[in-house]
Amino acid sequence: MSSADIYREIILDYYRNPRNYGRLEAPDVVVRDTNPLCGDEVEMHIKFEDGKIKDIRFNGKGCAISQASASMLTEMVMSKSLEEVKGLGKQDILEALGLPNLGPARIKCALLSLKVFKLGIYSYLAEKMGESEASSIKEEASRLF
Amino acid sequence: MLSILDVERIRADFPILSRKVRNGKRLIYFDNAATTQKPRQVIDAIYNYYMNYNANIHRAVHQLSEEATDAYEGSRAKVARFIDAKSDEIIFVRNATEAINLVAYAWGRANIKAGDTIVVSEMEHHSNVVPWQMLAKEKGARLHYIRIDYGDVTAADDDEKEGGGEGEGYRDGSLILDDLYHAISHVDVKLVAISHMSNVLGNINPVKEIVEICKDKDIRVLVDGAQSAPHMPIDMKDIGCDFFAFSAHKMLGPTGVGVLYAKREILDAMDPFIGGGDMIREVHKYDAVWNDLPWKFEAGTPNIADVIGFGAAIDYLDAIGMENVRAYEHELTEYMLSRLMEVKGLRLYGSREADRRGAVFSFNLADIHPHDLATILDEDGIAIRSGHHCAQPLMERLGVAATSRASLYIYNTREEIDRFIDSLERARLIFKVGG
Repeated sequence: MSSADIYREIILDYYRNPRNYGRLEAPDVVVRDTNPLCGDEVEMHIKFEDGKIKDIRFNGKGCAISQASASMLTEMVMSKSLEEVKGLGKQDILEALGLPNLGPARIKCALLSLKVFKLGIYSYLAEKMGESEASSIKEEASRLF
Repeated sequence: MLSILDVERIRADFPILSRKVRNGKRLIYFDNAATTQKPRQVIDAIYNYYMNYNANIHRAVHQLSEEATDAYEGSRAKVARFIDAKSDEIIFVRNATEAINLVAYAWGRANIKAGDTIVVSEMEHHSNVVPWQMLAKEKGARLHYIRIDYGDVTAADDDEKEGGGEGEGYRDGSLILDDLYHAISHVDVKLVAISHMSNVLGNINPVKEIVEICKDKDIRVLVDGAQSAPHMPIDMKDIGCDFFAFSAHKMLGPTGVGVLYAKREILDAMDPFIGGGDMIREVHKYDAVWNDLPWKFEAGTPNIADVIGFGAAIDYLDAIGMENVRAYEHELTEYMLSRLMEVKGLRLYGSREADRRGAVFSFNLADIHPHDLATILDEDGIAIRSGHHCAQPLMERLGVAATSRASLYIYNTREEIDRFIDSLERARLIFKVGG
């Protein structure tokens, strides 16, 4: 995959004009993680209502891939039910980015936001259902990279 | 074009430089501040040791051990000559980080007490920050920073300018030595730990002047020479510092070998860092007598093969001559600076004068994140580094999360710089940077 393929218009657009960028006033969950290797940083604010993602924002800094993927993810999950978003996986993100074959050097950039999001869902559910009930989501998050 | 070095001949000694990467592109290796490539002579020296005289050193009477000991101690003598020191002032460790930690533990714990001050600078590598933070916390001592002269004077209209963010009043990140003067006249400074050359800015710091300032105050000076020793003549008698740390792998040698130089009288007064075999003269059930210098600080079987390989690296650099290494890199630096200034939207950090810097260039290009830039350059076969370069306090000071960094060595050429600049222009196109 050449960099002309990676940095297509859509990724540059999400990088330069991120959707759902910022913070929420009264989020149920704030979760943040970094990729220590390269310093990419993503924080998510999530608000839940009636078993759905009522609102979500992200902020952070990092490369075009990490920031575009975070922004796209917020759009993908907005207003979706917890059941729907729990199944969200690695391929969903890579396909949304249009980068199904992203190489090992950069895949963590693409998946950081999914990891943060999953950790957000976990911390919400852990409070509702107890840590052991929600632990599978945490495991999934840590398996991403 | 006539050059100070016969670069083609040098390149022929580095098998890896003829390697093709990323779809048949010839490798351009611009990540030398992280680690350099190794010439055949170094690889052969290590191979030869394992093939022909592999043995443990210092204790056995058999022939192989004698040969191995001679080669190991021969490397020490070469290193001593290389920096104009005595052999018993050269301690082999794993890397420059370990050398600094050795000082922090063995010297620092005995000599730093509550209320004392350790002075470092804002441009230090983490290896010259974290050991002092740990020591200061343990002892209740204070850490004091020499600031760098840096101002974001051209930030607002950077993209409008022709490359480099050049403008009136550019501040190049030099150390503000007044901060050091202030510290030594106000608090009880016991140690100044400072890099000789910044691994990010490339700036060469006035370490001799710093030693001079500290001389009459009974302040020890540690110089982190990880980035300087590979690139310029180093003379311990001339600099006059108390401690000097550097790494073999950044100067054509193998990984796993670092050097701590320290003045003999300081080493004599220091207790060992690690206890075990080889560092003792006598061991009884309840006490032990330390070995002579430098072995007092080299417990356990050392990295024999790689120290021998390092000796071959020193031979290689000696044959070229460190004045010539510096002169050639100066030439490359002038060319690189002039080419970088042509790239629109490029912001270079550090000095713009080849006399005051080495061939390490940190920069940002428009709003392209360094990791994205490194991905694009990698596709052209160009290896650069992106990130915080283990200098997060400096990144904070520069107001950036990361930079791209190209760092050169004796086997790099002007033609490679041209290809690197072409690749930066390609990145501008891919990212649709205006102007």
